[in-house]
Amino acid sequence: MSYTGWILLTASLVGLSCSVIGVLLILRRMAMMADAISHTVLLGIVVAFLVTRQLAGVHMLVGAIMAGLLTAVLVQWLHSRGVQQEASIGIVFTTLFAVGVVLIATKVGNAHLDVQHSLMGEITFIPWETIHLPWIGSVPEAVVMLTLVLIFIVAVIIAFYKEWKITSFDPALAASLGIPVVLMHYMFMSLVSVTTVAAFDAVGAILVVAMLITPAAAAYLWTDRLSVMFVLSAIFGVLSAFAGYYAAVWLDTSISGSMAFATGVVFMISFLCSPKHGILAKRKIKPA
Amino acid sequence: MMDLSHNAQWVLMSTLLLGMAAGIIGSFAYWKRQSLMSDALSHAALPGVVIGYAVIGAKLLPVMLAGAAASAFAGSLLIQWIRSSSRVKEDTAMGIILSVFYGFGIMMLTIVTRMPGGNQSGLDSFIVGQAASMVRQDVMIMTGVALLVLLVAIVAFKEWKLFLFDPQFARGAGLSSRLMDAVYLTVLVLVIVAGIQAVGVILMAALLIIPSVSARYWTDHFGRMLILSALFGGAAGMGGTLISVYGEGLPTGPFIVIAAFALFAVSLVFGAKKGLVHTFLTQKAQKKHGMKLIPQQQLLEKGN
Repeated sequence: MSYTGWILLTASLVGLSCSVIGVLLILRRMAMMADAISHTVLLGIVVAFLVTRQLAGVHMLVGAIMAGLLTAVLVQWLHSRGVQQEASIGIVFTTLFAVGVVLIATKVGNAHLDVQHSLMGEITFIPWETIHLPWIGSVPEAVVMLTLVLIFIVAVIIAFYKEWKITSFDPALAASLGIPVVLMHYMFMSLVSVTTVAAFDAVGAILVVAMLITPAAAAYLWTDRLSVMFVLSAIFGVLSAFAGYYAAVWLDTSISGSMAFATGVVFMISFLCSPKHGILAKRKIKPA
Repeated sequence: MMDLSHNAQWVLMSTLLLGMAAGIIGSFAYWKRQSLMSDALSHAALPGVVIGYAVIGAKLLPVMLAGAAASAFAGSLLIQWIRSSSRVKEDTAMGIILSVFYGFGIMMLTIVTRMPGGNQSGLDSFIVGQAASMVRQDVMIMTGVALLVLLVAIVAFKEWKLFLFDPQFARGAGLSSRLMDAVYLTVLVLVIVAGIQAVGVILMAALLIIPSVSARYWTDHFGRMLILSALFGGAAGMGGTLISVYGEGLPTGPFIVIAAFALFAVSLVFGAKKGLVHTFLTQKAQKKHGMKLIPQQQLLEKGN
């Protein structure tokens, strides 16, 4: 496959996995939790690197899941101690991110890890870092990882589809039905962390946040059905990846920045033109 | 203090003032339950900084700060608009604006860096903060903003209290909540914009959130909370800058945040009103007297 092909494939995989997770994220009103986790994942990766001294996928994945869960647990604990939910998210993620930045600045030096990279990603390098797979040939490492993560996420969501639906829309009912709401919460947080770290290295924290929140929010304006929302959100994610890539090539600028901006454009169009919840549609109804 | 250069002393002074201003405005944001708004707005300021730079073609601070303020305002208006006229919730709207504006900022930054004479090193400091690179003019701006915040908080202290704790009564008493909202937003944006050069767009939120939550552990009194929050913010700003200055080119923002968190951890454990030790001792004393936690105490804890 060509260089452009691999980049588009990587970005589409990021778009797919993030926007699918994003649907549950915004329905559970945890959009800012995604912002928090995408920042704290940095600390997990840095610590994993300091312990093992290598930037291998598995170690980073474990480190990032730990950091994600640590974030979720700390936010929950502070909240139960009487700190507002928002404020506790703000305290936890800024502090953990700051520790990550300090560790990079003092301990790690220049070994493939720097703050710039983690925020903006290096999607342009993805096609060069390949591994060899039997039967398929050489494939970029990130593509393999993202594909596995995507399969895993979709499998977990489909396997517990009913449970996700009930816990997201009516946690009280879910609890009374005997669904382990707290367990589902932490399971979901791990899913968010896994997605974030898989996408993080390819596209950087900011695009992860954009892809997690924005396509799902756009899809939320088009439909009232959860299954349709999943499909629409995935389509919007891939669409933004393609549009963002070609805009970036045209303007010769940052690919991940441009993709993040493209998700915003898709949202804005939905916000204005959606037949059900769009601004224009509402304006038409009002005089009647 | 003696072995610090003249410039370093200026910088120290300004991060102290910045921390104080952020502590006060952070308390307002805390009671408006808008802690994360500051995070969204500071990210949203990035495209303005870059465009301000691109338009002038040189690193002229007032223009860049004006750009930052303009784009942060635009971000806050969009959040407001999305929230009020669609079914998208406020936290989702903040996440959208935060990431899309920041992505746009990075796009612009990459384009500007490629322009002839575009020197990225200066713009980079806006992302993680580099107080050591500040010059006297920056210090003057920060001082001005800090004094303005102090003035606004003190002159209208009674009005703020009403506006934050009983908006309905405030309206009844003839206080325009629109005007108060506009003043609050203006001051919030000013503090964020003044702070991003020292702390960086990513961590600016910490300086607004952490001191006010820390202060909350020590007092139930709004005025005292403001004073304490300002003290914590100032101490964090100064402490973080000192570490960064001695550490030769280490980013300032992260150390300011870690200093703020250290103060928070102390407050969480030893805070005189809601701290862990205090709660533990009261509960123990009550158990001794054969009483469960009195309802009033529970109310206090819930109705933070």
